[in-house]
Amino acid sequence: MNREEIIEILSEVKDPEIPVLTISDLGILRTVEYADDFIQIQITPTYSGCPAMETIQEDIRTELAKYGLNNVEIKQVLSPAWTSDWISEAGKQKLQAYGIAAPAAHACFANGEDRPESCPLCHSKNIEMISRFGSTACKALYRCLDCREPFDYFKCH
Amino acid sequence: MDLLSNYIIHQADNALILGHRNSEWTGHGPILEQDIAISNIALDLIGQARNFYQLAAYRINELNPGEKIAEDDLAYLRDGNEFKNFILVELPNGDWAKTILRQFYFSVFQLLLYRELLNSQYSEIAAICGKSIKETRYHLKWSSEWVVRLGDSTEESKTRMLNAQQALNPWIAELFLPVDFEYEATALGAGILPEDLKEEWYQRVNKILETATLPILSAEKKSMQLLSGKKGVHSEHLGFLLAEMQFLQRAYPGCAW
Repeated sequence: MNREEIIEILSEVKDPEIPVLTISDLGILRTVEYADDFIQIQITPTYSGCPAMETIQEDIRTELAKYGLNNVEIKQVLSPAWTSDWISEAGKQKLQAYGIAAPAAHACFANGEDRPESCPLCHSKNIEMISRFGSTACKALYRCLDCREPFDYFKCH
Repeated sequence: MDLLSNYIIHQADNALILGHRNSEWTGHGPILEQDIAISNIALDLIGQARNFYQLAAYRINELNPGEKIAEDDLAYLRDGNEFKNFILVELPNGDWAKTILRQFYFSVFQLLLYRELLNSQYSEIAAICGKSIKETRYHLKWSSEWVVRLGDSTEESKTRMLNAQQALNPWIAELFLPVDFEYEATALGAGILPEDLKEEWYQRVNKILETATLPILSAEKKSMQLLSGKKGVHSEHLGFLLAEMQFLQRAYPGCAW
């Protein structure tokens, strides 16, 4: 087993709240070190109160244990602070396909007007905000004025 | 306890107590979307509090060999007079207008504070603030919109906002009156004196109040309050809040699920 193979295994770990994304798609898997059968992993939360962090740590341990890797240390780091810019291109496409609009722009847009480009279902640009907060802290709620479906928007952050 | 630890606990207490107050809305919000909004803000604040408590616990254990304080001890096993939060954040929620106005006042303060603490010489404080400021910016966006919506809407919503101002304004002065741990944190380059945030706080708050057609605030007004949450001299409301929030850890010490 080498470091690359371990990263491969970790890329199977999904975010429990958005199960189409892996923790590497989401950019919350920060570093992986492997030496003398000891694995050191750093993860970072998307938001300070993200309730998924403990489940994610358990899932990482469970996934590694499947390969007999039990000597694992997982550290939660805060700096540098997570940003939606760390969501991979593949991750953004998976979000769209899942029905969640991906962050429309660079995180610095979070300070000004931040809205999805289009409806992830019918791609209409005729959309409006329902609420600044959606099902989790990282999302806002929108509705499409053409297909009439409500949808989540993963905010620039 | 050393003064810098108290400074960190002060930040944690503000976030925890307001987070708890906001969480009282969960299941009771005026409409579902706003119930979710205020609950999400509660979650962010409790998350921020947790990061500050972990840092304070780490520091206390470092400075006092043999001590084994954990984050939960600080949140759930201290008594009212050991809490260092503003009176403002412990006041009962009241109606939606009072909840919104309080969140707005606090978010403006938190934003200015975190922005300064990004330069804290104590890098762990800077790290927590770098993480939290993005959340606070969003809380401010949301609460500012609500202040304008309620202030400039119907007669009833305006009356409720005026009542909220009457209830909350007397507690603003405390935010800017420095206490010992703020002097110490500032001397160490780890913190900032709150009076340095005062002018900008009033500017930002009054700009939104004006848009909302609500009376603006005067920084000159003297406070006659004898209470100081930062010094542990709280209103009667904190005791009731703690009785509920701390019940489980008090009744079943160390319990987990």
